Amino acid sequence: MIPAAFDYVRAGSAEEAIALIGEHGEDAKFLAGGHSLLPLMKLRLAQPSVLVDIGRVEDLSYIRDAGDHIAIGALTRHMDVEKSPLLAEHVPLLAHAAGHVGDPQVRHRGTMGGTIAHADPASDLPATTLALGATYVAQGPNGTREIAAADFYQGFLESALAADEMLTEIRVPKMGGAGWSFQKFNRRAQDWAIVGVAAWRRNGDSGVALVNMGSTPILATSVSGALAQGASVSDAAQLAAEEAEPQSDLNASPEYRVHLAKVLVRRALEQASA
Amino acid sequence: MKIRVTVNGTVHDSDVEPRTLLVHYIREVVGLTGTNVGCDTSSCGACSVHVNGEAVKSCTMLAVQADGCEITTIEGLAQGGEMHPMQKAFMENHGLQCGYCTPGMVMAATSLLKENPSPTEEEVRIGLEGNLCRCTGYHNIVKSVLACAAGD
Repeated sequence: MIPAAFDYVRAGSAEEAIALIGEHGEDAKFLAGGHSLLPLMKLRLAQPSVLVDIGRVEDLSYIRDAGDHIAIGALTRHMDVEKSPLLAEHVPLLAHAAGHVGDPQVRHRGTMGGTIAHADPASDLPATTLALGATYVAQGPNGTREIAAADFYQGFLESALAADEMLTEIRVPKMGGAGWSFQKFNRRAQDWAIVGVAAWRRNGDSGVALVNMGSTPILATSVSGALAQGASVSDAAQLAAEEAEPQSDLNASPEYRVHLAKVLVRRALEQASA
Repeated sequence: MKIRVTVNGTVHDSDVEPRTLLVHYIREVVGLTGTNVGCDTSSCGACSVHVNGEAVKSCTMLAVQADGCEITTIEGLAQGGEMHPMQKAFMENHGLQCGYCTPGMVMAATSLLKENPSPTEEEVRIGLEGNLCRCTGYHNIVKSVLACAAGD
């Protein structure tokens, strides 16, 4: 399968990339690692007329301690997130979840910013950063703005990013020793989750987000609300799918997904509470 | 678009369409057909090659993205007529049946040992999760990788 023809331009900086995307209009797309975009282009589900390659904007590949949070450059690859000692210490849930994206070859190319901007509800890291209360930084022609993860995902593969904005940084709060768990249920090791759960818990506070349980990653606020009021893990887990609207596909019916979500949230909370 | 790619130590200056996939560039422009196209959807790993020393799936990368990069394919592993230790290990441990997945398996396995020189059996199995063998010959593939890591 070969993508439809397109023009290719390469950006050396975020500013240049934003200028190029503005110049080429709505049919232009950013290309980072390409592991979400190229498969869609090969299936002709996406046919951008111009690709602006940002893969060589080297100053957007970093993982830094920024006080109360860790700042991750949008072009940081999954393999570097997975193996980061800084994330292992301060945001172990994210480092662990990054190690479950695709397979090693995919993690050598795919980027953190790419998977967030692609906004696929079946991807691991949008839900994980949502559970962690992350903030995303978007840069446009008129400067930068911060978007809370909870406001970012607006529909299937749709985000709050404007057409001429580029995601440049992901800010993830430090977990401060919170218990955590990442649950991914699938049939083959490398597949997307049929249902996944990212969760953390510290005293009365918690964050629980669901993978592949709707058209966006889902924050399971009812579960956290119940835990805050003293509900048991198994009672709170019964509320796992309150905010979800799961779809049917080859792998699972909506009913089966709801069942899986309850079971996986219970397991995640048990692990995070241990 | 003009690109310069080093494949197995040889510099290639080429003019390619931006939509040319790296695997097609390697097979049809450079003329090295050891790298196979399997699923063509970044699932099976048959097209795995090393880009700057790391295994990637060459069906999910554009040739223009490899501009300036060092590529190693299965043909680039043997040195001076001597098979790479991983190739020898696959031969000695019957790590292949039909052979279609083998180039990708070997490239993924050598990349794995570069990152983790002494993996456990479980780490080998997880490390090769991106490569499928339709003969289901995984047992001897894992055995081959462990033998290579142990220097047998």
